[in-house]
Amino acid sequence: MGQLLLLIVLFLPLVVAIGLLGVPSGRVAIHRWASLATALVTFVLSLPLYWLVDHARGDFQLLTNVTWIPSLDAGFRIGLDGMSLLLVLLTTFTMPIAIGASMGVITKREKEYYVMMLLLETAMIGVFVSLDMFLFYVFWELILIPMYFIIGIWGGQDRIYAAIKFFLYTIVGSLLMLVAIIWLGWHAQVATGHFTTDFVKLREIAPSIPLDIQRWLFAAFALSFAIKVPIFPLHTWLPDAHVQAPTAGSVILAGILLKMGTYGLIRFNLDFFPAAAIEFAPLLAVLAVIGIIYGALVAMVQPDMKKLVAYSSVSHLGFVVLGIASMTNEGIQGAIIQMVNHGLSTGMLFLCVGVLYERRHTRDIAEYGGIASVMPRFAVLFAIAMLASVGLPGLNGFVGEFLTLLGGFRSPYLDSWAYSIVAATGVIFAAVYLLWMFQRVMYGKLTNPANEGLADVRVQELWTLVPIVIVMVWIGVYPRPFLNASAKSTQAIVEKVLHYAVPQEVALDPAKTSRITETKRP
Amino acid sequence: MMHEWFLASPIVLASLAAVAALIVDALTPHSERVTYGFSIVSLILVLVAAAGTVPFNGTAFGTMIRGGGVAAVFDLIFALGGVLTIVASRPYIAARNFEHDEFYTLVLYATAGMMLIAHAQNLLITFIGIEVMSLSFYVLAGYFRQTLHSVESALKYFLLGAFATGFLAFGIALVYGATGSIEFGAIATAINKDALNFPRLLPIGIALVIVGLGFKVAVFPFHQWAPDVYDGAPTVVTGFMSTAGKAAALSAFVPLVVNVFPIAAASVQTVLALCAAATIVVGNVAAVVQRRLKRMLAYSSVAHAGYMLIGLAAGNSRGLSAVVFYAVAYLFMQLGAFVVLAMLERDAERSVELEDCSGLSTTHPALAALMALFMFSLAGIPPMAGFFGKYYLFAAAIEAGYTWLAIIGVLGSMVSVYYYIGVVVYMYFKESRDATERMRFVGPERVPLLISAALLVVLGIIPTALESLLSSFWK
Repeated sequence: MGQLLLLIVLFLPLVVAIGLLGVPSGRVAIHRWASLATALVTFVLSLPLYWLVDHARGDFQLLTNVTWIPSLDAGFRIGLDGMSLLLVLLTTFTMPIAIGASMGVITKREKEYYVMMLLLETAMIGVFVSLDMFLFYVFWELILIPMYFIIGIWGGQDRIYAAIKFFLYTIVGSLLMLVAIIWLGWHAQVATGHFTTDFVKLREIAPSIPLDIQRWLFAAFALSFAIKVPIFPLHTWLPDAHVQAPTAGSVILAGILLKMGTYGLIRFNLDFFPAAAIEFAPLLAVLAVIGIIYGALVAMVQPDMKKLVAYSSVSHLGFVVLGIASMTNEGIQGAIIQMVNHGLSTGMLFLCVGVLYERRHTRDIAEYGGIASVMPRFAVLFAIAMLASVGLPGLNGFVGEFLTLLGGFRSPYLDSWAYSIVAATGVIFAAVYLLWMFQRVMYGKLTNPANEGLADVRVQELWTLVPIVIVMVWIGVYPRPFLNASAKSTQAIVEKVLHYAVPQEVALDPAKTSRITETKRP
Repeated sequence: MMHEWFLASPIVLASLAAVAALIVDALTPHSERVTYGFSIVSLILVLVAAAGTVPFNGTAFGTMIRGGGVAAVFDLIFALGGVLTIVASRPYIAARNFEHDEFYTLVLYATAGMMLIAHAQNLLITFIGIEVMSLSFYVLAGYFRQTLHSVESALKYFLLGAFATGFLAFGIALVYGATGSIEFGAIATAINKDALNFPRLLPIGIALVIVGLGFKVAVFPFHQWAPDVYDGAPTVVTGFMSTAGKAAALSAFVPLVVNVFPIAAASVQTVLALCAAATIVVGNVAAVVQRRLKRMLAYSSVAHAGYMLIGLAAGNSRGLSAVVFYAVAYLFMQLGAFVVLAMLERDAERSVELEDCSGLSTTHPALAALMALFMFSLAGIPPMAGFFGKYYLFAAAIEAGYTWLAIIGVLGSMVSVYYYIGVVVYMYFKESRDATERMRFVGPERVPLLISAALLVVLGIIPTALESLLSSFWK
């Protein structure tokens, strides 16, 4: 039952996309409504998955295992644990909003656009549910094609440059990951006699790889994921891609695609190479903190709203990476919830910028001012999105940031308060650049005559924005259901890392050991 | 005896068909349509015969040729390549008012030559096969004899090719001198028993054979001819030469890698690995700066030969299977790309620059979509067959301990992504320079294009059937 449902959620968008290929491109209404309906149905169907996955277990559930390429033991293996469950739900929740926000906004080649959107949805869900490295890689790369077209065809002025940059950056990382995947498969052949890319088998074998090789494998995987996240200094594709992509493209990019990188770090880097992860944790944390501060400072001086939001992503994802690098329960839990939060709040910020752009065809902050007086309802929604992104208690952003910082404090691997203290200043910076932007755009006197006749949010826009607000308030007030879902799978990973930490060098330092066992006890 | 004829049936059929086509030409001048139909039908018969012999294995006519098994799979590649080329070439050469019977006859001869190479169990047969194939290609390359470009291409190919053939013949002679045989099994036995007449001649002989074959494959440092020849030859011919022709030359390596190289000199595999790495780098880097689509594809075909060489360098059963798998995938993607190119050239009546692809997705939507598919497959993006082929090759390389070679392979892929998606950029992201009418996607070229595209997707998503067949050959 659950397995079947997961398969339907995964493939329904693809099937509809193939079906839509047969519909003539003139029938725009069919393409629009069919893809929106598909995304909505996929979302509704994905909801029961929350209950079908047993939150008391940390392992993979709803497994499907079909033989695919026997000689290389690449199988069609999919399943969910608490972490991937949340990300799948985030994906299915975001897609109807992204498609809804595109209707009427995208005016050329609509057939191709909606087909690409649906293809993208299947590929993104596929990344989160794959339990086979080969399958994972196929979905991972498959995302490139639709996203590349979405930026390149429907993007802004410099869309071609942005699309190529996006494609090349991503593929540079992922191809080295491919070598690492094959190397792991071959290692399995040496260790057990069979080449395999089965995630569940590899996670048993991989941690015992000698540390000097583990470092290289860790680096190959981390590079691929770090580009996707993006971790400073590999972030330079992000502002270009975000600014040039159409609004829905930015929403998906920020909401889901970036999460694939942080998801990969937890799923593969920590789980496969715990010993190397302990070594690399301080480096990751340093880069994360630099990203937090750097992204915030650059966001502060952006004259372009969309670019500002894009750089704020670099900053916000720094928290996620810091949480991951802490490798504590709090940190990783916080990272997961922050992944969801960032998807919601940044997605909504992009939608808000899109609302303004639709009306004025500029994203220049200086062009605006006093918008609140002509668009009062929009001002409220924009304010909520902005405050959620700042991390105001009561809205979603606070929970995640708080937990990641807590993880950074308590982490035995980082073993320094400095990371969290410096990172915490990023929260203040976030308040500065977001509030300042909001003030310049929304408040003050309406000086620019071009802004006088702006219409308030339309019904279509309300339909895309209000659902996000509901979830944001929900997570902010009562995050338990979300935290519960991923608690066990997080714990499993944290314990695995601990297992490999204690017998090694950390054990030599009694102070550290006592702190680790302390963490282990609850 | 019957069994021998059965095993040899694809090659016998192909050779007879080529001779018969020549006779038909001579008897009925200006019978292009007859020869066209006859070649297609006979190649389809060859396909059927080859498919029938796949499950068997053995030698025929003394120990001159091998039949069945991997040789039959190679037959399928060559014959399929031949059919697709013939179907695609008719409108192309007809548009230039240059359709003659000889074109189809020469394609048949080239196909028969390739099949001889794949079937060879004896260096002499390899040599004959290579000559039959090359001579046909020399003429085909210069088929547009009024165009300077085409003639130059043929002359260059012929002069350098003849030179390489000299190396090959000399190498075979030295191997014979050292081992007293030119049959692969006997050569292996002689080396194993340490019954060499002149032990020092053997490495020299093998080196010369590698040089001769390496030239035909266009392996670095013997690749310089390839871009010029591929660029000057008629586009459909280039498609055929750079796919099936390349696969044929690689198939000559297969029995050597299985029987001779491992016992002759351990360093041979390392040399092949180094050649593969250099070929990948040179081909990909040179392709980046090309503005003419055909020349870009020509350089990239050098790189793809390097990828296939990875499997030979690995030399294990997975590597050999991967070579054949990649050859199949490569046939469809590269031939498909050249057919699209031929259609564009037919429209534009000149060689196609990248800029000419601008806005292709609005003027020729179907053509652009197919070309994009071929480009993504060539770049090795899943889920097309090109991706699995590369995955398989890299897996073989890592298994054989050549992790560095796999890394160079993926680095080469990164470079190749740049120029392959460059084509997509022009087709999809740039506006058309002249707003041509939407051209309907008609013409016989549809058939090879759709077959290639469909097989690329199917083989990419379900490589299992072909892959398990191939790996069963080297158990």
